[in-house]
Formats: sequence, structure tokens, C-alpha cells
Amino acid sequence: MDKQFIQNIREDFPILSEKVYNKELVYFDNAATTQKPKCVVEKIEQGYYRYNANIHRGVHYLSQKATEEHEAARTTVAQFLNAEKREEIIFTRGTTEAINLVAFSFGEAFCHEGDEVIISVMEHHSNIVPWQMLCERKGMTLKVIPMNERGELEIEAFKALLTEKTKIVSIAHVSNVLGTVNPVKEVIRLAHEKNIPVLVDGAQAVPHIPVNVQELDADFYVFSGHKIYGPTGIGVLYGKENWLNAIPPYQGGGEMIQTVRFEKTTYNVLPFKFEAGTPDYIGSTALAEALRYVQNIGLEKIAAYEHELLEYGTKLLNEIDGMRIIGTAKEKSSVISFLVGNIHPYDIGMLLDKLGIAVRTGHHCAQPLIDSLEIPGTVRASFAFYNTKEEIDQFVAALKRVVIMLS
Amino acid sequence: MTIDEIQEEIIEEFNMFDDWMDKYAMLIDLGNSLDPLDDKYKVPQNIIEGCQSRVWLNADLKDGIVTFQGESDAVLVKGIVSLLIKVLSGHTPAEILDTDLYFIEKIGLREHLSPTRSNGLLAMIKQMKLFALAYKSVNG
Repeated sequence: MDKQFIQNIREDFPILSEKVYNKELVYFDNAATTQKPKCVVEKIEQGYYRYNANIHRGVHYLSQKATEEHEAARTTVAQFLNAEKREEIIFTRGTTEAINLVAFSFGEAFCHEGDEVIISVMEHHSNIVPWQMLCERKGMTLKVIPMNERGELEIEAFKALLTEKTKIVSIAHVSNVLGTVNPVKEVIRLAHEKNIPVLVDGAQAVPHIPVNVQELDADFYVFSGHKIYGPTGIGVLYGKENWLNAIPPYQGGGEMIQTVRFEKTTYNVLPFKFEAGTPDYIGSTALAEALRYVQNIGLEKIAAYEHELLEYGTKLLNEIDGMRIIGTAKEKSSVISFLVGNIHPYDIGMLLDKLGIAVRTGHHCAQPLIDSLEIPGTVRASFAFYNTKEEIDQFVAALKRVVIMLS
Repeated sequence: MTIDEIQEEIIEEFNMFDDWMDKYAMLIDLGNSLDPLDDKYKVPQNIIEGCQSRVWLNADLKDGIVTFQGESDAVLVKGIVSLLIKVLSGHTPAEILDTDLYFIEKIGLREHLSPTRSNGLLAMIKQMKLFALAYKSVNG
């Protein structure tokens, strides 16, 4: 991607030309949430202004139109993930709700006292706590895959954790703290050898690398709209049809039913069985718009450019005295977590903010990972395809100034 | 000096600087010059956990006067801790309880106290007032 191309992209994102404290904004908190291109915001506006009506039930024109848009969005998501069937796409509020759905419904159908769930040490809280809740509910045990000093999963240790008691494996595709791209295809293959299904938390993966759920052979794959330039409050659960049919509904209400009698209710077919209540059809259609936007640029192209940013940023940061980059996996996404000397990450983040640089500090909702590294947290800079090397220069210059102040 | 007189003095000092980085440089100085908290007080019951940084707080009552000591692992937070101690330490429980800590807003540090920032400072102020409340009831 050349400079002019990036410049054109940046013009699609009005917020990038905002000033903070009278300084040019440098937005490096993309792993927390991404900014939205105009077409996504316009799609939301269009939805409310032109075809807002409750879907799936109205006989009138607007309701038909809104239903078509929502269902077309499902098809777009299915194509984006290369799902075999569009019914395998369930809209949720986000990654967190999608994981909770599986932890609950899969747990109800298949988990019993003494069973085990495997996650990894680098999981986000949203891929830890729902499984802990399942374990408490059912009297099960949570097993954790360790990692090496570069922040890569120990596959041999994982093999040893897989037993006849293992009911499901749930791991991140990409770590939100370390940037590690996990070998999920290998993890899935190993689990499938023992007939164990795998959920992949793709929240940090889908914005950065092409994902093909059939090629991965993932049983469940989840992600959030807001991390891939879409709106907040909408996310996706992909599940293989046979698994989604085999597990009970998560929430009850309208939409998810076939017939309701006080004696007995029968449930709707996929995907509606898992979409109780009025779905976020404005969110789903805007998410589809975001996916089209990303696909138009091309995820291979995005991945290559973001890798350039990662290498450039890593090289410049490593020139700073006392720099310690946390997470140096061979396969790494555009996330750099770091510490400088003994300076507290909060101090660095607060001062960078005043210089217009938005980074995240703290434990990044992965406390067990941060504790295992015996650090107070990290400063995290995460890049998107609308970021530039010039912004990295600005960030590194600001960081140098901040480090002098704090040393 | 009364609590409000100390607050006014701090506001005046901070308002000498227009640039944020200068204000922060002053906070860093304050943080670095805060007496370290004796290790015997760095115990779990004195810790105020924040999402981002940790704050320890200890209080004593002598002759009806409350003194506070505190520390944090982040130097900017330590700077604010030192300001809070400067304002509230050395006063009676009743005076501390009656105080409206307006200086934080006036010197532009309110963002550090937003509940979402959760760096332990909001909890620290609450804890300082709770110490005062407890001492007030001891005093009768």
C-alpha cells in the first residue's frame, strides 16, 4: 500500500483528523476498538432513516426491507468467514456474549461433573470467566495451556492436557496483549483426533488476517464487530450446524420459538433459535458494510502493510534504553506490548495521552497472563491499516520525551 | 493553615503552568519526593486496588489529629497521593469529613478520579474519609 492509498483510506475515517489537547491524534489503541469508516456510519444512518422496522414479523414493506437487509448481512458474514451455510452465523452482542452462549448451551448439553475444559494462559477475561462459571456450575476443572518466553503456546503441553475428560478447547486466535498468532489449525487438528470440539476467539484475528472457518475446521468461531471497523454491540458466533443443532437455546423470548403453549414451547430452527428478542438489525447491516469495506481493500494487503508497521515500530522501540517488548512470537499480529525500565505503564500512558498519543495501559483484561509474567501491566500500541510510519515516528519521539521525564 | 487554605495554595502553584507537560512534571516531582511508606504499612489490608495502579494508605490518630501516609507504584498517582496527604493530613476528623476536595478539579486532575480510570484514587479519598469517620466516633 503506497502513501497515497493510505492517505485516501484515512480520509474515510474522519476521527483520524481530530485534535486532542491541540495535538494531532495518533490512535494506537486499535486492539481495544477500531475507528469507523464513513460508509459504516452512513449505513447506520440509512437504516434508521430509510428502512427501520422490526424484522421477521411485519407484513409491511419496511419490515420486509429491514428483514432482507439483516439476512443479507448474515450471508455477508458467512462469506467473510467462508462458512458452509448462512444458518451457521448467529448474531450476538459481541465476542463476550458469543463465548457465554457456547459455554452455557454446550455446557448444558455435554458437560458433567469431573469433565475438563482447556483454555490457554494468554486468554482475555471473556474467554476465561464464562468457562470458570461453567466449571463452577457443573463441578468441572479448567486446564490451562502454558506458553514459552516468547509468548507462544506450548503445543507438547497442550497434547498432554487432552484427555478423555476434555469436553471442549477454547483459545484465542490472536493474543490481545502479546500479538501472538496461535497455531489454531494445529490445535484444532490435535483436539479433533480425540473428537474434542474447539472454540476459537477471533476478536483480535479477523481485522488483521484472512479467516476461513472450514479450512481451520473450527467448531465455533467468534468475533466482535467493533474491532473490525463495525459498530459496537454486534458480534458473531459461527458454529458448525451439527453443534448448533445439538445444543439448547441460550436465551428464551420472541423470535427463537416455533410455537408457544403454556404446557410446552417448541424452538425455532437455526439461526433464529439463538437470536431471542429483536435482533440488532441496524448493527448487523452496518457490520456487513464494514466487512465489505475491509474485503474491498483485501485482508492479505492489510496483513502485509500492518506487518510492515509492526516491524518498523518494533525496530524503533528497541532503540530506546531499557525497552522490554512483551511478546516476541515468530507469528505476530500488529500489537506491541512493552515496558521501559521500571517505569509504571500507567505513567507512560498518561503522559503519552497528553501528547496526543492514544495507547492502552494495564492488564488488558488478561490478568492471569500479566500475573504469570510478574509485571504490573504493559503499555500497548496496536496498529490498524490506517496508521502510518510517520505516526510511529511521532509516537516514538513522544515516548522518548516521556521516558526522560519519568527517569 | 486550614484545609481550604492549603487547597488554594496548591491551585495557585499549579495554575502557574499552562502546559500539561509542566503540570505533570510537577506531579512527578511531588511523587518522587513523597516519603516512602514504611514496609510495615505495605500490607494487604492497607492496599487500595485499582485497575491500573495500586495505592497503599495508612492513617494514625494522635491528640485528635489525623495523619496519613501513602504510596503508589505509579509516580503520577504518587504525586496526587502526596497532594491529598498535604491537604488532609494534620487535621481533625471533623475537618476532614467536612472537606470538599475542589482543588483536584481546579488543577485539572479530575480525569484521574473518574470511576472508569479506576487507579485507586477515588477509593483512596473514600478511604481517607472513612478513617476520619472512624476516628470521629472513637473521639466521641
